[in-house]
Amino acid sequence: MFESLSKRLEGIFNNLSGQGKLTEEDVNAALREVRIALMEADVNLKVARKFVERVKEKAIGANVMGSLSPAQQVLSIVNEELVEVLGGSDGKNKLDLSGNPPNIIMLVGLQGSGKTTTAAKLANFLTKQGQRPLLVAADMYRPAAVNQLKTLGKQLNIPVYAEQAGADPVDICVHSLDYAREQARNVIILDTAGRLNIDERMMQEVMNIRARLQPQEVLLVADAMTGQEAVRVADDFNQAVSLTGMVLTKMDGDARGGAALSIRSVTGVPIKFMGVGEKTDALEPFYPDRLASRILGM
Amino acid sequence: QENDTLTEELWDELLESLLAADVGPNTSMWLIDRLRQRAEEEQMRTGSQVQRALREELTSLLDQPSPLRFSKQSPLTVFLVIGVNGSGKTTSIAKMAHLLTREGHKVTLAAADTFRAAAIDQLKVWGERIGVPVISQSPNSDPGAVVYDAIQAALTRGSDVLIVDTAGRLHTKNNLMEELKKLNKIIQKFVPDGPHELLIVIDATTGQNALLQARTFAANIGLTGVIITKIDGTAKGGFAFAVADDLGVPIKFIGTGEKVGDLIPFEPKSFVEALFT
Ligand SMILES: Nc1nc2c(ncn2[C@@H]2O[C@H](COP(=O)(O)OP(=O)(O)OP(=O)(O)O)[C@@H](O)[C@H]2O)c(=O)[nH]1
Ligand SMILES: Nc1nc2c(ncn2[C@@H]2O[C@H](COP(=O)(O)OP(=O)(O)OP(=O)(O)O)[C@@H](O)[C@H]2O)c(=O)[nH]1
Ligand SMILES: [K+]
Ligand SMILES: [Mg+2]
Ligand SMILES: [Mg+2]
Repeated sequence: MFESLSKRLEGIFNNLSGQGKLTEEDVNAALREVRIALMEADVNLKVARKFVERVKEKAIGANVMGSLSPAQQVLSIVNEELVEVLGGSDGKNKLDLSGNPPNIIMLVGLQGSGKTTTAAKLANFLTKQGQRPLLVAADMYRPAAVNQLKTLGKQLNIPVYAEQAGADPVDICVHSLDYAREQARNVIILDTAGRLNIDERMMQEVMNIRARLQPQEVLLVADAMTGQEAVRVADDFNQAVSLTGMVLTKMDGDARGGAALSIRSVTGVPIKFMGVGEKTDALEPFYPDRLASRILGM
Repeated sequence: QENDTLTEELWDELLESLLAADVGPNTSMWLIDRLRQRAEEEQMRTGSQVQRALREELTSLLDQPSPLRFSKQSPLTVFLVIGVNGSGKTTSIAKMAHLLTREGHKVTLAAADTFRAAAIDQLKVWGERIGVPVISQSPNSDPGAVVYDAIQAALTRGSDVLIVDTAGRLHTKNNLMEELKKLNKIIQKFVPDGPHELLIVIDATTGQNALLQARTFAANIGLTGVIITKIDGTAKGGFAFAVADDLGVPIKFIGTGEKVGDLIPFEPKSFVEALFT
């Protein structure tokens, strides 16, 4: 794709008089290609449009007499801008556990996005950093959801707080606090059920959990393969529970991950981790430059 | 009707509604170009004419007969259900089993996802709920052995349909694709005309990656149909057009929720209509 975007841009600039500065017309033609490339990477239509507007300002009049070709010049502006939007070096992409212990991390998201797996991965990650996490099974809907978390906890030798079928997810989370104190666990990870952003009853549930538990981190777990709706989903979750971050899962495939750009630009929520496999150690810190390259297919 | 003139803005709007529904830039631009040509040839003058024509084009892309294929030679029909992680395979299998049971079939399920934590338990819970036997082994056992067992058990019990639940796998993982090929071979060994359906389950929320998924699964073991899940969300599943056009594989079912009754046969017209709402 980078190949093809780069080729397409070169094609456009071939017909260019090539005298020093890029004109608005040259830039428009180039940015049309950039926008298509972004959409192929699943960046939301409106986000792509706004993004390209910003690139345009920087590109018009940019001096192309340097060592780079006009195509490379535009690509490099696009890349820089992508890294910037994705979080650049603002340092916000770290987990914040600076509250009074136990610090609570709450995971929310659509069905099947990877919450339960990510809960286990985070617990594993934190254990390696010398923390003492507790996993909490707050999904009482999906068949065997509790067992799934218990199995992962057992594999990792990390305790899982769970209650009987029929228990209320909000109560479970509240009770887990006492349990964590008893067991001297200093981080609590809440695995909530998958839910649609338009399911009012289910959204109320996470709002209640958030209100009662006051988690330090509320992370949206989002599938890297998500398409145009990522924006609406993230926006709805953000409105309901004020997200503090995002985990982008299933990045071990060939999804381009444009959804992350959409989510980041619409909600401003920083991306904190990437899931890169099914195993409990397949979690990586987030690097904006890597995702930028990937979105551009580099 | 005064304002129903065909304007450039309308063309832009149409393109945007396709893009916003995840139809993808290539397919969307191709469709709009084609439609512009038709509009000229057929001398369309109004926006509604063009909108109607677009719906026709879209519907015809999806309009393939899509009933499930049952075996004519063998006493057992086998459906193999595959797809990337978390797309909704296990849930869709439970829904299909429920539907088929109500139609009078005797269904058995094979828990061949032995990898994911509690995947076997998940299918067993569904099996109990819908009163369908689930053949399983212990976690991390060989999925091939589970499929073998399940075929024997289904035949012994006199089941006429076996549905195999497989572990979620990204299409980029070669070793996991090889594993699927093995399952396919085991099925063919005992049910020579099987599997009668090779169904890929794709989450409606997916973007352009859906086409890569479908292509790769098709290239590796073939596909006979698609199930699109989670259409009860706000996503439209517009990748379906590229998938259907590229692979010529019909969409068979739509998942409309998390409950066992939330599976409906695919209906091109209403799917297309939903793109624009
Ligand atoms: N390849 C890959 N698979 C992942 C990753 N994260 C999660 N998965 C898989 O995705 C599937 C769904 O993961 P879960 O953790 O069950 O997702 P969930 O969000 O808890 O699902 P619900 O509770 O049903 O909403 C499982 O097969 C996981 O193994 C990842 O980073 N890469
Ligand atoms: N809203 C909605 N949720 C669905 C639908 N189909 C499945 N789900 C949910 O999606 C999540 C994942 O479903 P599974 O059936 O476990 O998916 P899977 O493909 O078997 O997952 P893996 O085996 O981990 O790859 C669960 O929370 C399901 O309840 C649907 O049509 N609508
Ligand atoms: K929908
Ligand atoms: Mg879960
Ligand atoms: Mg499954």
